[in-house]
Amino acid sequence: MILSTVARFVVALMLLFSVFLLLRGHDAPGGGFLGGLVAAIGFILYVLAEGTRAARAALRVDPLGVAYVGLGVALLAGFMGLASGAPFLTALWTKLGDVKLGTPVLFDVGVYLVVVGGVLALVFALEEEVG
Amino acid sequence: MAAEHAAAAPSPAARAMTSIGIAIALGFAGWLASLVPAVAGGAAPGAAWPWLPAIGAALAFRIDGLSLLFALLISVIGAIVLLYAHRYLRGHPHAARLQLFLTLFMLSMLGLVLADDALLLFVFWELTTVTSYLLIGFDSESAKARRAALQAMLVTGSGGLALLVGLLVVASVTGTLRISEWLAAGSIAGHAAYTAAFALVALGAFTKSAQFPFHFWLPAAMAAPTPVSAYLHSATMVKAGVYLLMRMHPVLGGGEPWFWTLTVVGSATALWASVLALRQTDLKLALAYTTVTALGFLVLFLGGEVDLAITASVTFLIVHAFYKSALFLVVGIVDHATGTREAQRLGGLARAMPTTAAAAALAALSMAGFPPLLGFIGKELKYEAALAIVSRPLALATLLVIANALTFAVAAVVAFRPFWRGEPETPRAPHEAPRRMLVGPLLLAAAGFAFGVYPELVGHYLVEPAVAAIRVTPVAVDLKLWHGINVPLAMSVATALLGLAFYAGHEWLRTLLGRGLAVLPITGDRVFDAALDALKRVAAFQTRILQGGSLRRYLFTTWLVVPLAIGSVLLLRGGLAWPATVSPIPAYAWPIVLLVAAGSFAPIVTTSRLASIAALGIVGAGVSLLYLIFGAPDLAMTQLLVETLTVVIVAVVLLRLPRFSGRDHPGQAGRVRDAVLAIAAGATVSALLLAVLASPLDPTLADWFAANALPAGFGRNVVNVVIVDFRALDTLGEITVVAVAASAAWALLKLRPGASARGDGA
Amino acid sequence: MEILLALLVGFMFGASVYLMLSRNWIRYLFGFIVIGNAVNLLLFAVGRVELGHPALVPEGLLAPEGPVANALPQALILTAIVIGFGLLAFALVLASRAWAEFETVDVDEMRVAEPREDAAREAEDE
Repeated sequence: MILSTVARFVVALMLLFSVFLLLRGHDAPGGGFLGGLVAAIGFILYVLAEGTRAARAALRVDPLGVAYVGLGVALLAGFMGLASGAPFLTALWTKLGDVKLGTPVLFDVGVYLVVVGGVLALVFALEEEVG
Repeated sequence: MAAEHAAAAPSPAARAMTSIGIAIALGFAGWLASLVPAVAGGAAPGAAWPWLPAIGAALAFRIDGLSLLFALLISVIGAIVLLYAHRYLRGHPHAARLQLFLTLFMLSMLGLVLADDALLLFVFWELTTVTSYLLIGFDSESAKARRAALQAMLVTGSGGLALLVGLLVVASVTGTLRISEWLAAGSIAGHAAYTAAFALVALGAFTKSAQFPFHFWLPAAMAAPTPVSAYLHSATMVKAGVYLLMRMHPVLGGGEPWFWTLTVVGSATALWASVLALRQTDLKLALAYTTVTALGFLVLFLGGEVDLAITASVTFLIVHAFYKSALFLVVGIVDHATGTREAQRLGGLARAMPTTAAAAALAALSMAGFPPLLGFIGKELKYEAALAIVSRPLALATLLVIANALTFAVAAVVAFRPFWRGEPETPRAPHEAPRRMLVGPLLLAAAGFAFGVYPELVGHYLVEPAVAAIRVTPVAVDLKLWHGINVPLAMSVATALLGLAFYAGHEWLRTLLGRGLAVLPITGDRVFDAALDALKRVAAFQTRILQGGSLRRYLFTTWLVVPLAIGSVLLLRGGLAWPATVSPIPAYAWPIVLLVAAGSFAPIVTTSRLASIAALGIVGAGVSLLYLIFGAPDLAMTQLLVETLTVVIVAVVLLRLPRFSGRDHPGQAGRVRDAVLAIAAGATVSALLLAVLASPLDPTLADWFAANALPAGFGRNVVNVVIVDFRALDTLGEITVVAVAASAAWALLKLRPGASARGDGA
Repeated sequence: MEILLALLVGFMFGASVYLMLSRNWIRYLFGFIVIGNAVNLLLFAVGRVELGHPALVPEGLLAPEGPVANALPQALILTAIVIGFGLLAFALVLASRAWAEFETVDVDEMRVAEPREDAAREAEDE
């Protein structure tokens, strides 16, 4: 079970890397799309090693649900702009110490979740279909 | 149909709908009645709201004598029919629906006669077509009802389109859409466009009012519930065409084409339908054909230019509305009580149904034209008018006498014989109708009697203002029961004698007519069927061409557009261009480009699945490198990741599918054809891209994004700032697509039949 | 370089059109993937290409110095790549289902919704 041990380690590493990509995306190459794809590929590695059933169990939540939550997060970022009286999806920024926080970052988190969830749902579906 | 539900109680919805409908009808009737004295005095109140100011259309309404007469008939008979229908369809599961449709129809009809804007009139005209479609097809489980509804809609609807064009022609001649301004401007008979306008408007009127040769839809429409027939097919909708002709009389009337068309069509309709009416054994069908006869009379007299003819038409309109809707309601009662409408099986009903018999008798006497009923006055006026409108009136007078005599005989067959002769052989024992169903026919029949005895009221308050509106000048109308001994009276006597003879021999005539008509080669009904069949065949033919069901043919057609539409424009209109300044090609770009090209081409020539998948990976990786070369690291990384995923999932699926076969394109010719198209499409895209690159790029957007990413978007990665901030709405749509694609894939897998059983095995 | 790109894009288009006209579902899918790449490259080229210089703002500056790559088409293509993948995955699920149902990859044989003309005519006659 070397592959599965390695897979677990690599998945963890890739998830970490994907979050790094997501967070630095605003200032350097990266972002929600890239991060989401990296995370999805990490999980797919796990699928190839352990099968979809184990991957689903490891993920704990339904990938489609993750995608919907992501869509909700992105919408929330949009409505925060709306709530402040500006048009839908207007960016709002605040500074927390030295860290910039803004609705575009939240929006990117939504993108990340949609990409992870959507891609995983599609791949799981294919794997299960083909069996 | 109705009797099956007679025992059940009306549903709350039906009760509510009936109440609402009757309230609306009575509200309108009361309001309109309050306007009668003013309108009789020459006023024409109206109102207008802006609608489509750019083309001069307005929500304009106007109530002159003609509109008022029609609107009163519509609302009063509407209330009566709604009350009757409520009882008639008691317990029917869709009773509320019928009441709703009836109410909507009534409102459409009111709008039609009150509209003062040509477009508005057309909209209401079509609304009556649509609502009558729903009403005729009310019994939607019956194929016959559906067919009749479709037929009525297609015939009157196509006439409606003609009418629209006709009205627009008139509008272009007069320069306004306001009908009252048309009336003020007078006849356009001298104008070059007159013939077109008249022909189109007449087509609309003739189809709606079931004139020969479009009469066939009306008897077929008897598939509707009887209250509907009483309302639409005697008193209101079929009169819409007559209303239109009356309304347009000042604008289009007065010429030879108008006179001859209306006279000939009206006479032909009246005579032909009265012959067919005597042939019917179904009481409702017999009434339907006499309705066509009456519509023929109405049209016929509108052809005339003398006041007397118009007066005859307007008076007969009122007469007919009263007696015909009363008789339809009576037939509904008979059907309800006995279970049949067949003339041969009905007899001696007067004993069991005395009140119905009385209403039937009053209405039938009016229909047959006996004094002192309103029908007598109507008939005398017709005869007087016939003698007045033509110089040699013998032919017209003869025709009228024969048609009236046939109507007389039908009145006897429908309303005399079933009640007063013979014994009933009906499916159910006859019994008197419930009170709510009797109110209507009694009121209508009594009105025919009361107005016959006091004709001055009708004459002064209803007929005179309507005639004045048609003539656009005050006209004195003096309705009298007794005209003295004169030619019309003699004609009346002749009519009665001839009618009695027709009645006496009606069974013999019926068989004779049946035999004679059976050999008739062409009927409107058959023409309609043939036309509809031909239309269906054309539709099937072109569907087979456009939508053959072959994916490759669709794709071929779609791709053909690229060289044909884009390529030809580039070639023929001088769109080809070559970029003036180009950047140098770095040496390391060559192998990448060549690899991508080779990878794109490989799946065409190889039959190996693995080789194809590898080629796919090469294309993706090469494109990714190109992105990297040209300063797009985000794209390059994304592309590489997606390419990895793509190769994985394609491999997963493909390895389960069979190997490629060599014969993917049918035959040598097919291969050549597809290759030619592929080359042409590819060359077009290249040429298009070159042409685009040859034109200067507007850098405004690119510069703005680069300059504002950090100051306004607080990000140093311009691409990411565009995605999550500047163009976030686009991105929101795009991630929605991803989520939808995933949901669809899930649905495709989970929602198939037997999915759970298979899922367990996987 | 622009001309070479234009020729490459046209070549990829031609190859994928030919692939998509194949009767074989699998070849069609390859055409589908290649044409996705070709369209992305087309958009990229339309935004003009320039060697090097990603659209990043260096530390200490408010805007990129000198000319950088056009960020707008990049943003469009980036999302298009991911969407393209979603559609491809869906198409593969569809292909897989079709194979399970029909046991064929010949698109001319998959005619449940739109039967052949002769079959349609027979059905009409019945």
